Amino acid sequence: MKERLVQLEVLRYNPDTDTEAHFQRYEVMCQEEWVVLDALNKVKESIDPTLNYRWSCHMAVCGSCGMMINGEPKLSCHAFLRSYEGVIRVEPLTHFPVERDLVTAPDDFMEKLKRVKPYVITKQKKPIEEGEYKQTPAQLMKFRQYSMCINCMLCYAACPEYGLTPHFVGPAALTLAHRYNLDSRDEGRKERMEVVATREGVWECTFVGACSEVCPAHVDPASALQQLKIVGSIDWIVEHLLPGGKSAGDTVSRKNAGDIP
Amino acid sequence: MSRNPLIREVPPTTWFFRHPRYVRYMAREVTSLFVGAYCVLLVVAMQRLSAGPAAWQGFLDALRGPAGIVFHLLAMAAAFYHAGTWFNATQKAMPLQIGEEFVNGSYISGAHYLVWAVLSVAVLFFTGVF
Repeated sequence: MKERLVQLEVLRYNPDTDTEAHFQRYEVMCQEEWVVLDALNKVKESIDPTLNYRWSCHMAVCGSCGMMINGEPKLSCHAFLRSYEGVIRVEPLTHFPVERDLVTAPDDFMEKLKRVKPYVITKQKKPIEEGEYKQTPAQLMKFRQYSMCINCMLCYAACPEYGLTPHFVGPAALTLAHRYNLDSRDEGRKERMEVVATREGVWECTFVGACSEVCPAHVDPASALQQLKIVGSIDWIVEHLLPGGKSAGDTVSRKNAGDIP
Repeated sequence: MSRNPLIREVPPTTWFFRHPRYVRYMAREVTSLFVGAYCVLLVVAMQRLSAGPAAWQGFLDALRGPAGIVFHLLAMAAAFYHAGTWFNATQKAMPLQIGEEFVNGSYISGAHYLVWAVLSVAVLFFTGVF
């Protein structure tokens, strides 16, 4: 098997002793078909056991191993060494506080995710005896793409708006709000739009589009946010400009949901 | 063990040099300055028109100078680029689902380009260009 000497420049930060981060250079023999995560694992096993980073599945599903690799937000299990020449610079995801080395604190994202209520909300629970909530394939396809998010936070690291104005709810959380708004089983649109259709919600987005470019699950958050802007605008027009207009309610969502008769 | 996370600040004015995609974004935003400047020019034109034939002729003569021509070329290039980014975004903002499938996004953007072209030809026709 073909091997190659890989040079990694890794950002190090020890919260117990450091006031600033610094780069540390490692040289490690790697197999040609390895990914950056394999190289980090080899460093940790054979050179420096103090190196810290998160990972779990090694197959671009769990979303744990997001890092900046040569300045680009990437899943390190999805970043093949053969794609890089020279020294590979590895840093923790930008826009998040660094806990230690490549480990970032996801607290802000988790709090924002909770705020958009990313789950099916129904006004009245259906008794189990009445059976399951049915959904046609067309109704599923309406939101399926947006349900593929793996919460890896690469979109937050790519979004300059989030970096500059941290109160922005951000791409992944807003996309998940859209995903549940589009779900024919859901009746929680009004609650979500109170968070979504605000200055720190979707209106903070200026459509840089970087979120969609870096998304490893091809969710295309930028499209969800632009659609939410249209939904929010229509809600506002209905509420403020149409006589007898009601505030953003669930009725719009239900009407468009194409319920099974 | 207490937490002592490191905050890595984003440079507030030079952040867009970090990646070519941010430079492209800023280029798109800058084009709106030309579009805005052209709107101001149209307001000035209306003011000149209301001031009488001599004022209007003077305005037209000023536009025919090198600076006027260079500004128009720049504004047109910026408007084309700005419109292109806008029409390319329509397929993301207005996806069209038929049955279980989504219509290919290039048709949605393409339809906008087509309407743009038709309207532009109509404007040129009604203003007597041809």
